[in-house]
Amino acid sequence: MVDVPLGPAGAVAPADVEDVELYHPHSWVTKYVFSQDAKVIAIQYSFVALSVGLIALVLSWLMRLQLGFPGVFSFIDANAYYQFITMHGMMMVVYVLTALFLGGFGNYLIPLMVGARDMVFPYVNMLSFWIYLLAVLVLVASFFAPGGPTGAGWTLYPPQAILSGTPGGQEWGIILMLASLMIFIIGFTMGGLNYVVTVLQARARGMTLMRMPLTVWGIFTASFMALLAFPALFVGAVMMLFDRLFGTSFFMPAIVEMGQPLERNGGSPLLFQHLFWFFGHPEVYIVALPAFGIVSDLISTHARRNIFGYRMMVWALLAIGALSFVVWAHHMYVSGMNPYFGFFFATTTLIIAIPTAIKVYNWILTLWRGNIHLTVPMLFALAFIVTFVNGGLTGLFLGNVVVDVPLSDTMFVVAHFHMVMGVAPILVIFGAIYHWYPKVTGRMLNDTLGKLHFWVTFLGAYLIFFPMHYLGLMGIPRRYHDIADMSFVTPSVHTLNAFITIVALVVGATQLVFVFNLFWSLRHGTPSGGNPWRATTLEWQTPETPPPHGNWGKELPVVYRWAYDYSVPGADQDFLPQNQPGLTRTAPGSVHG
Amino acid sequence: MANILLFLSILALIAGWWLSRQGLASKPWLEQGTTVTLPEASTTPPSKVGLGVFLAVAGSLFALFISAYAMRMQLPDWRTLPVPGILWLNTVMLLLSSLALHGARNAARRGEMPALRIGLLAAGISALAFLSGQLLAWRQLTAEGYLLASNPANAFFYVLTGVHGLHLLGGLVALGRTIAKAWRETATEPLRLSVELCATYWHFLFLVWLVFLSVLTGWAGELIDICRQVLT
Repeated sequence: MVDVPLGPAGAVAPADVEDVELYHPHSWVTKYVFSQDAKVIAIQYSFVALSVGLIALVLSWLMRLQLGFPGVFSFIDANAYYQFITMHGMMMVVYVLTALFLGGFGNYLIPLMVGARDMVFPYVNMLSFWIYLLAVLVLVASFFAPGGPTGAGWTLYPPQAILSGTPGGQEWGIILMLASLMIFIIGFTMGGLNYVVTVLQARARGMTLMRMPLTVWGIFTASFMALLAFPALFVGAVMMLFDRLFGTSFFMPAIVEMGQPLERNGGSPLLFQHLFWFFGHPEVYIVALPAFGIVSDLISTHARRNIFGYRMMVWALLAIGALSFVVWAHHMYVSGMNPYFGFFFATTTLIIAIPTAIKVYNWILTLWRGNIHLTVPMLFALAFIVTFVNGGLTGLFLGNVVVDVPLSDTMFVVAHFHMVMGVAPILVIFGAIYHWYPKVTGRMLNDTLGKLHFWVTFLGAYLIFFPMHYLGLMGIPRRYHDIADMSFVTPSVHTLNAFITIVALVVGATQLVFVFNLFWSLRHGTPSGGNPWRATTLEWQTPETPPPHGNWGKELPVVYRWAYDYSVPGADQDFLPQNQPGLTRTAPGSVHG
Repeated sequence: MANILLFLSILALIAGWWLSRQGLASKPWLEQGTTVTLPEASTTPPSKVGLGVFLAVAGSLFALFISAYAMRMQLPDWRTLPVPGILWLNTVMLLLSSLALHGARNAARRGEMPALRIGLLAAGISALAFLSGQLLAWRQLTAEGYLLASNPANAFFYVLTGVHGLHLLGGLVALGRTIAKAWRETATEPLRLSVELCATYWHFLFLVWLVFLSVLTGWAGELIDICRQVLT
């Protein structure tokens, strides 16, 4: 350990900081296409992920058209409907949310926020993106393969996933899906190693772990979780691919297909469910933890207030990360498990609510008596808190076995996880894009278009998903292509479904405003300067905006303080950047809650 | 799933121990303007940390395969297959490979180039011998009628050995590049890191192989039984 005096007199000489040898691109291709610069890779990741997101959005439209107006669109038959469901779910969860938070924001923000020049393994980082792109291409290719994409549902449960009754089961669909997932996992592992090791090894002088912005904490924890959880999906995918291609019986029980007994027996579909959810539940938090981190920074910056309970926030992130590995079977309450088993998993599930509640509490206390600026990023951050609480509350219902069993196959579940895992993280992604776009491009996104985008998206999402809870409580099943006129289906259900569909179409179309804004502001946005939000974290202190290759010019930054020095009494401005030496706070206790 | 949970608990202990030394209880909001104790800049090269994290990922993959194995073998259609005798020879080969790399690592530290080259080459050859032996074991089993699809025990045998072999193959790419470098360079210093990384990876794969072998031969069965009882 070394004592580093951090007062104005004894600032650390930047020469003491060991610099790294950077890779320097020589041509246009190595600079913008096969680039090893984390910032370029981040933009590539984000662009591909957002494009996949648009495809998945259109798929959700098609599903909604069928549900809202059954029978009107003849090309959406039962098979197509299941294919849309499957591809929408898998694309959104894995290829959009995971890729965007870790590959997109992780790549852009980690090196800048910890004060590094780049990721520690730039070449592997580049490979990570191209392998991700390959995974996306393989996945999209299944739309054009004979038989179309798989329609097994995004959970790909065997045995139905590889039988001929399921679209793509005995054709190319399921093979391409499993192959694509395996490729994605290999690519992600390469990226994930980078994110984790960069945080561990490449932090600037003075950037202790407890001075890192919560965004970095969130992405770091989530990357580590993803590295350990994705292998479970990989194992499941390998074994199912063997079942499908080589006739093994890992998951395949004795089964009769189209009146013919198959040559398989003894396999355990439950085994797949265990493997899938051992990945699947941590995956929820792999998406949520970066969102938690980003939202903490947005709230603190736009409320000009230090984050309340920083230590608790870090501890809660770590606790959620660890606990998320012991709750997976709460997705399997209806699989006929031992009741004691269900009791155990209900307990761990409810325990996770404690660290999560701590985070919500801290966000609210950060806002308390803050100087709240209702900028577009702040609007999205506030909307996230409300939406996450809403989705979390229904999670308490579904986490209990007795409540989950009757609700499990209804639209209630769809509403719950779209609130908590769909809308909430997407709101953070939008907020984060509005927040960091000026750093990426040097121009602000248009504010009026941003507010329009926010209000339609936020209110629209509630108009879509609130009524869906009601449909679920009515007993309307999910996974059904056409609910027809069963006796329990009242006319109001049909009206409500049509209403939801119309709102979904409008909200979806409004996303085009956002896409337009992204491109329009590139040239016509107001120039932002280096630090438009007057934020403290290192990425806003780069000598140039957008930051060039190597980020920091000649000298690496030195960190003198934590990431949340807003409204410090006695300071000249209402924020103190992390790399600003000097200025002691007069009465710290009076500022920090 | 007890195996993977056990593996993750060990990782969690390591992570917890490491985090406990990182000042997680400090109050960063009170720190500025005074003398702050910073941890000494880490001297571990990033690639070593990277390999460490990768081993955690690979370990998680292997532990999950073993978890799946343990769950599947409880079902009534499981017929354990006889372990081909050649596996013992293969084990010796992999041990030799691992020892040779260990020797190469020590040679690199002492600066002895000839010993380093011999060590690397011996490790490469014995690793290739291991892989050929594994292929022979596959052929032997296939010839005896233990086909991939005929029983889950067979399927797991092929999958586990295959996954392990693929990881070794990946290691051989790195080893091949190190060997090529060893013949280009005259000093051992530029090679030291690569050799150390290869050695660590090889020891890890040898350890994994021992675990797999104990699982496939059924020695681990008793342990798995205990794990299962703990879980239920």
